[in-house]
Amino acid sequence: MRVLVCVKRVPAPGERIVLTPDQRAMETRFLGFAVSPHEECAVEEAIRLVEQHGGSATVLTLGPPEAEEQLRDALAMGVDRAVLLETDGSDWDPMATARALAQAVQALEAQDGPFDLLLFGNESADSGGYQVGIRVAHALARPIVTGIKDLAVEAGVATAKRPLHGGGWEIYRVPLPAALTVLEGINLPRYPSLRGRLRARKAPIHRMAPKFEPGGPTLVRLVVPEERRTETEILGHGPEVAPKVVDILEQLGVLP
Amino acid sequence: MILTLVDHDRGQVARNTWEALTFARGLAERLQAPLAAMVVDPGGPGPLDVWGRYGVSQVIHVTHPELDEYAPDAWARALEEWIRTQGPVAAIAPGTPRGNEVLARAGARLGLPMAANVVQVEPAEPAYRLTRVRWGGSLLEEAELAGEPRLMTVAPNMVEARPASQATEPPVHVHTPDLQEAERTVKVVDRVEAARDRVSLVDARVVVGGGRGVGSAEGFRVLEELAELLGGAVGCSRAVTNEGWRPHSDQIGQTGTRIAPEIYIACGISGAIQHYVGCKGAKRILAINTDPEAAMVAKADWAVIADLHQVVPAVIQEIRRRHPNGQG
Repeated sequence: MRVLVCVKRVPAPGERIVLTPDQRAMETRFLGFAVSPHEECAVEEAIRLVEQHGGSATVLTLGPPEAEEQLRDALAMGVDRAVLLETDGSDWDPMATARALAQAVQALEAQDGPFDLLLFGNESADSGGYQVGIRVAHALARPIVTGIKDLAVEAGVATAKRPLHGGGWEIYRVPLPAALTVLEGINLPRYPSLRGRLRARKAPIHRMAPKFEPGGPTLVRLVVPEERRTETEILGHGPEVAPKVVDILEQLGVLP
Repeated sequence: MILTLVDHDRGQVARNTWEALTFARGLAERLQAPLAAMVVDPGGPGPLDVWGRYGVSQVIHVTHPELDEYAPDAWARALEEWIRTQGPVAAIAPGTPRGNEVLARAGARLGLPMAANVVQVEPAEPAYRLTRVRWGGSLLEEAELAGEPRLMTVAPNMVEARPASQATEPPVHVHTPDLQEAERTVKVVDRVEAARDRVSLVDARVVVGGGRGVGSAEGFRVLEELAELLGGAVGCSRAVTNEGWRPHSDQIGQTGTRIAPEIYIACGISGAIQHYVGCKGAKRILAINTDPEAAMVAKADWAVIADLHQVVPAVIQEIRRRHPNGQG
């Protein structure tokens, strides 16, 4: 089974968001980076599928040269091959991103044969457009199930479960080749082993130059919303605060 | 015409649909355009009196024998057909899992951009000027959206649902889409009903949350005890699920559950923005943390600067003392 997983490098914003002076990006000089949480699980799922069925897993990203770090993280976890569509780090809208990814998938498939499954995160942590996976799948004429939290592949059919609001599950069955967008919680991603890290450090990164064809929506500027400012009342510094806490719970009417 | 897609599950309309209709009506009034609602459901066109109360002047009832279960490409097909033949200036859906995916699928089919989770729109030409949410609502993006029609979903719980000043009696137009084989592939083929054995995080009036400061899976025992005494639910931060201390279904935050209790008791949680977007719907927050500088402390109504493993048992004891016949 050949699995491709698409990821996006995003900052880890910590406790508050600071913007660059031109308001077109987050100030990231003091921040760490990761892939979006849903995608971390998509990478884990790709590796598990290959462990179970054989084959290979490829990780693909569109982003700045530094996105190589996130590709190496995926390689360290157990992905076999990494592809970087290198940009100058400027904002790519969802249509442009999807077009570039679909073209890259076609190029990779022309080289090494078709992928059975394309995995995406349900939405990116930062821009949250909820559409890149859907657009790529449409461009490649593959069925796509979104927002899944459980997956089983057997005899060329993917059975996926999607949680319903308020509990319960919907079940979908689609024939391969197919695409899926994954939610965090589908699995618990592994920590890379030392051996995995060493291997990832030396692994080649396949680089391709994507073509930027804007589609929209177009980012104008970012704004940090006004936070609800609360005056915090410090109740105390130890277990002696218990009566005060219970007074509050009583006032709120939440005691048994 | 401004077209709004109704999100429903087997006839039960998703609450966020009313917000999307309110948002769409605002745009319709500014553009002096009629407001239409599309209901994809062979079971019927939904509650006509309620559509009327929200100012809908036309209901498009999409029906097809193959639409007995949710099938996102079939829904998108219906939307696409209506858009191609009737030319609405905007198509709007609630920013729910279904609303977002159906509109994105329609956008892909039509080759049009789509803006997800919009909170405000200015219908300028050649591009609408809009505000949408990023980072689960911790950041706003001002963007331009072109294309005809404009495709937008409305951020859940950010726009107040309001009925129209004047109710309408919308006529129903029945539409049967010409479904192709590929549009029937992705379809709900089975369901697993929800287990109703405990208070769900979404509906709980009290949520007791734990972060890395809880220290271990066993450390959650006291939080469970407190939650049980208060008839509430236990939640946690992403750090905790990553450690494997709690299942992901307990995770509060951007990639977990959004809660809205009377009070959120946050124990040993630092309060990164991805967690805060999940709990900012709480009416009150009580933070218990050893670090007075923690963001969660600053965002709380009340805080106890101490070890949760000392404070929580003392609170449990005090509740038991005052209510010896309580649930616990």
